[in-house]
Amino acid sequence: MTDTLTPILTRLWDAPESWKLSTYEQHEGYQALRQALTMTPEAVLGAVKDSSIRGRGGAGFPTGLKWSFMAPPDGGPRYLVVNADESEPGTCKDIPLMMANPHVLIEGVAISSYAIGCEKAFIYLRGEVVHVYRRLLQAVEEARAAGYLGENVLGSGATLDIVVHAGAGAYICGEETALLDSLEGRRGQPRLKPPFPGAAGLYARPTSVNNVESIASVPGIIRNGADWFKSMGTEKSTGFGIFSLSGHVANPGQFEAPLGITMRELLDLAGGIREGHRLKFWTPGGSSTPIFTEEHLDVPLDFDSVAAAGSMLGTRALQVFDETVSVVRAVARWTEFYQHESCGKCTPCREGTYWMRQIMTRLEHGKGSQDDIDKLLDMCDNILGRAFCALGDAATSPITSAIKYFREEFEAGMHTPVDVLFPPEKSMLFAASDTKESSGMVTA
Amino acid sequence: MTEDLWSLHDTHEAGYLHVSTESKEPYAADVLERLRADAEVVIARYPEKRSALLPLLHLVQSVDGYVTGRGIDLCAELLDLTTAEVSGVATFYTQYKRHPNGDYTVGVCTNTLCAIMGGDRIFDTLSEHLGVGHDETTPDGKITLERIECNAACDYAPVVMTNWEFFDNQTPESATRLVDELRAGKDVVPTRGAAKVCTFKEVSRVLAGFNDGRADEGVGAGPASLLGLEIAKQQGWHAPSDDASGTGAPAQPEVPAGQTSIDSPSKTTPTDAPPTKPAGHDTLPGLEGKDESK
Repeated sequence: MTDTLTPILTRLWDAPESWKLSTYEQHEGYQALRQALTMTPEAVLGAVKDSSIRGRGGAGFPTGLKWSFMAPPDGGPRYLVVNADESEPGTCKDIPLMMANPHVLIEGVAISSYAIGCEKAFIYLRGEVVHVYRRLLQAVEEARAAGYLGENVLGSGATLDIVVHAGAGAYICGEETALLDSLEGRRGQPRLKPPFPGAAGLYARPTSVNNVESIASVPGIIRNGADWFKSMGTEKSTGFGIFSLSGHVANPGQFEAPLGITMRELLDLAGGIREGHRLKFWTPGGSSTPIFTEEHLDVPLDFDSVAAAGSMLGTRALQVFDETVSVVRAVARWTEFYQHESCGKCTPCREGTYWMRQIMTRLEHGKGSQDDIDKLLDMCDNILGRAFCALGDAATSPITSAIKYFREEFEAGMHTPVDVLFPPEKSMLFAASDTKESSGMVTA
Repeated sequence: MTEDLWSLHDTHEAGYLHVSTESKEPYAADVLERLRADAEVVIARYPEKRSALLPLLHLVQSVDGYVTGRGIDLCAELLDLTTAEVSGVATFYTQYKRHPNGDYTVGVCTNTLCAIMGGDRIFDTLSEHLGVGHDETTPDGKITLERIECNAACDYAPVVMTNWEFFDNQTPESATRLVDELRAGKDVVPTRGAAKVCTFKEVSRVLAGFNDGRADEGVGAGPASLLGLEIAKQQGWHAPSDDASGTGAPAQPEVPAGQTSIDSPSKTTPTDAPPTKPAGHDTLPGLEGKDESK
């Protein structure tokens, strides 16, 4: 039995100047790269495959398998693109990871690129986090100066350059083919598949798009072995992950644990629900995953168990809402988000999110009509599985799951505004307590 | 077709955002020379030059404070695109501004979680205090107020971003103080970020890929980011075959001042039951990392 928490990616976050190369090197940094370079690329890929690590960006597709699905080398360029566009509501793991320890990602990129035969890798970072961009740019410069990147990496003959690219504000660019279009300098709209990026991705060349946390986990797998990785987690959800608790808990924060930990355990670690309140609903993996309630507290948070319970592990973005919160208000705001972020390429998503937003808004204001619930469910049914990419599917998750568990609140939306039933002040942190003063400072 | 409709096809209008006349005036020679030199550096990063478009639009904003007509012309010329293609990209992304931006973009997260924790109240307070709404700029040109979507700092809700630097755990009072200081021309320090918030133009230059030497400023992580690590250290929990020496700071982890105390982690009760493993079940891909599994 492994420990409840297993700090691996988060282990250095409290070190002084944790983001510097010198700090990383003092703690086994880049040893895994040295080790990988003594192996064949096939052996490195094999180790990642053997670890059974599943993608940490939400979908959970096995990383090693994804790499092995890339078209075979033909002498032309092959690309690794790291998806650092973390924008899923509730998700806040990759941004602190890259701010505190960018080198674990850079080392992961170097090893992964070696494994798949990539000589130029890209990190696509969302543009709205300028300090993280500074840290990544500097980390790449430091790594290049130290010989971990560039031509003839550590004398191995391998070549690798990393370009850190800043986006410009669009949730849809987290979808991997939209990300590639954006990286090519276009509007970020998803592509028709097939061909998948493994066959024709960036510049129509074989490409693997992987999440930050997946790639950052690679150095540990190489250094400690696939069996070490598999000694954590469950049989089909191996290893560890960062769980992000936010909302109405006493102490929100990041918890790195083996997959399969339960929400009940995590809530304990976070000091429970804020004082004087009780849990109402939560998301297991961001707003795109169907909501859970108190009855799901003991569901093991691994890919298959969460799916069997009717949701998705997603990005382990555990947003917690207590009894003061109107589920209609929460879902209405998420629906506005999906409508705002829909790229407009396909009809079910573009039109569907627009109409769902209107219905959710009138329910929020107590002006819903008798058939609004059925209409919403009908629209969800027409979007799910019929949209071009997962954004359309995602827009239906909060609505259908909220109606399933809290139908009476949607019925109340036909006559009573949510603000009357659930006064917003009661949910606010500063209304409930004055202790949450800003730690931001203002100086003259 | 009427004359009005024909005028839309005038080549001087086509492809532009709705912009003022001055935004189409040519760049001064020295400015243009610098822009071209910077653009060359940006374009050289990529195997295909069109990939430089997003950073180049950030670069245009670093000079003009928004995406100007002349900026669109320059990007189109440098990348062999039409102005319509460049405008199509510029209008897709929310960070590209269609009209002159204030020196500071103050973005209040009003996505569900932050909104409910108090983001809505913060936005309303600032909107009333500044007399501007979403994507509007104060008459002194200092502040552009925005509602923003989730900015990946939910454990610090409610969050305010100022020129894309983090201001964590905000209140209506702290946010009001923040905008007052900005309008008074004082330096303002983010919770997690550089030693001061730079101007919109300065930050836009960083986003074009030109580091400003501030990477070593600020903290590595905020208190919420360190919570799990701190509890693990207190409990002696670590990854398998890890000697737990961690960062070499065994007893007391170094945490920034002002951290909230941890509520007696000793009350945690790890369960003994191993996780159950239901039969294989295809997950629907989430948006991030969507892949072949679908």
